[in-house]
Amino acid sequence: MTQLPIIFKRELASYFATPLAYVFIVIFLVLSGVFTFYLGGFFESGQANLAPFFNFHPWLYLFLVPAIAMRLWAEERKSGSIELLMTLPITRFEAVTGKFFAAWVFAGLALLLTFPMIITVNYLGEPDNGAIVTGYIGSWLLAGAYLAIGSCMSALAKNQVIAFILAVSVSFLFMVSGFPMVLDGFSGWAPQWLVDAVASLSFLTRFEAISKGVIDLRDLLYFLTLITAWLAATAVVIDLKKAD
Amino acid sequence: MIEIRNLTKRFAQHTAVDNLSFRVQQGEVLGFLGPNGAGKSTTMKMLTGFLAPTSGTASILGFDIQQDTLKAQRQIGYLPEGAPCYEDMTVRGFLEFIAAVRGYQGAEKRERVARAVAQLELEPVLGQSIETLSKGFKRRVGLAQAILHDPKVLILDEPTDGLDPNQKHQVRKLIQSLAHDKIVIISTHILEEVSAVCTRAVVIGQGRLLADGTPLELESRSRYHQAVTLVADQALDRQALAALPGVAGVEENAREHSLSVLAKPGEVILPQVNGLIAERGWKVSELNVERGRLDEVFRSLTRGEVV
Repeated sequence: MTQLPIIFKRELASYFATPLAYVFIVIFLVLSGVFTFYLGGFFESGQANLAPFFNFHPWLYLFLVPAIAMRLWAEERKSGSIELLMTLPITRFEAVTGKFFAAWVFAGLALLLTFPMIITVNYLGEPDNGAIVTGYIGSWLLAGAYLAIGSCMSALAKNQVIAFILAVSVSFLFMVSGFPMVLDGFSGWAPQWLVDAVASLSFLTRFEAISKGVIDLRDLLYFLTLITAWLAATAVVIDLKKAD
Repeated sequence: MIEIRNLTKRFAQHTAVDNLSFRVQQGEVLGFLGPNGAGKSTTMKMLTGFLAPTSGTASILGFDIQQDTLKAQRQIGYLPEGAPCYEDMTVRGFLEFIAAVRGYQGAEKRERVARAVAQLELEPVLGQSIETLSKGFKRRVGLAQAILHDPKVLILDEPTDGLDPNQKHQVRKLIQSLAHDKIVIISTHILEEVSAVCTRAVVIGQGRLLADGTPLELESRSRYHQAVTLVADQALDRQALAALPGVAGVEENAREHSLSVLAKPGEVILPQVNGLIAERGWKVSELNVERGRLDEVFRSLTRGEVV
C-alpha cells in the first residue's frame, strides 16, 4: 500500500504535464454550462435546484470521461513503459488503483470547478444545499464508474482511440440498460427478475436518485462494487495483455 | 546467485524459451548472446517478473520470481529493451519517482538521485523532459534508474544499443566498475562487447542453451584459434606451410593479401611457422596469432553447425 500514493502522484502530475488537462477542464466547464442553461432550461424552470445541471452529467461523462481514462494503460503499453512499471517492486493492485485514483481525482477537480453553479443558484434562490452536495457526490461516483470501465478498456487496447471508443460503447450499454426501449426488448420474453436485473444495472436510475439528494446505501454500494469489479478486470486484462 | 531451472515460455505460435537452465554467481558479468528472436529478452522478462513462465522457474538471491516476486524485484535493477521511460517527465522528476518507488525519502532520495546522475553524467539535461533527449541520453536515463538503488542484480537488455562508440565505451566502463559485488546479465548481439566486459558468455538459439563458457573458451572453439596470419611482400609456399605438423590448412585472404595458417584443435603452430619462415628466408611484414573469432563461433553455433 505504501507505493500507491507514489503512483498516484506521478499519474496525476502527468495529466498536467501537457495542455490536454486544461483543455479538458475548459471543455467540461463550457459544456456543462451550455447543457444547464440552454438545454436544461435552468432559468425557465424557476426552481432553486441544480437538477438541470446534474441531469446531463451521465451524457456529458459518456464522452468526456473515456477521454481521461483512455491513456491510463494504453500509453504505457504503447511506449513500453509498462515493462518498467511492472518490474518495479509494486503490486498490481497498487498500480491499478493508483492510476485510477489519479484519474478520479482529476475528474473530481474538474467537477469542483463548476462551483459557480452553486453560487448562482444560492444567489437566485434558497436551494437545498444538502441535496446539492449529495448531487456532487453522486456525480463523482458516476464519473468513477465510467473511469473504471475506461481503465479496463485502456488496458485492453494498445491504441488510445480504440480504448476511447470501447469505453464509450461499454459505458453506453451500462447507461441505457434502464431505458424503456431496452427493457421493452426484454419484457416480452424474459422473466421479470431478469428485466429487473438489467434495469438495476443502469447508471441512470441509480444516479437520478442520488442527484435528487437521496442517498440509498444500495446505490452507493452499486457504484463502489461496479468500480471494484472493473478495476479487478483491469488487473486481469493487464496480466493477459502486457506482453503483447 | 541467480538460478534458472527448466525455464520455458510458450506463446500461442511458438516456444520462445525452451527448458533453459543455468546459474549465475556473484561477481560474474554474464553476456547473454543469441540472434534476434532467440529468446534473450523473453528470458530477461521472466527473470524480472514481467512475464510468467509457462513452466520451470527462476530465483534471484533465493527469492523465487513467482512466489516472492516483490522481494526478488527489489534486488534487481532492470533496463528493458529500448530503455522505455515516462517520456513526458523531466529527467529529475523521473529519477525521483523511481527513487520514491524504491523506498527512498528526503535526503537519502536526493543523494541517490544525485549519485546516479553523476555516474551517468546527466547533469546537463536534468531539467529537460525525456522525450526531447537524444537516444544516447535516453539510454543513460534508463541505466540511471536501473542502478539508482545499488541493486545486487543488474539485468540490462542491450544496454549499448544505439550508442556512439564513446558512449558505448563509457557504459562498458560503468558496468565494469559496478560489477565486482554484483551479478550482471547483459544481453547483446555485439560480440566485441562480450570480450570487453563479460566474464562468461551464454549463447542461446531458438530458446535453447547452445554454449556456456568464458569468452576465451568460446574463442578457442573457433577454427581460427591459434591460427597464424602472415602478410608478406612475396608469394609464400602454401604447400610447405600446409605440410607443417599441427597445421589443419591454409586460407588465403584475398583482400588483405595475407595467408591464415589454421591449427588443428589443441595444437600450437607458431614455432613451426616461425621455423619455416627463418629456413626459407621469407620477408614477412606482419605476423599475428589469432585468439579465435567470436563471430565465427557465434555463427556456427546459432546455425546449428557443430564446432
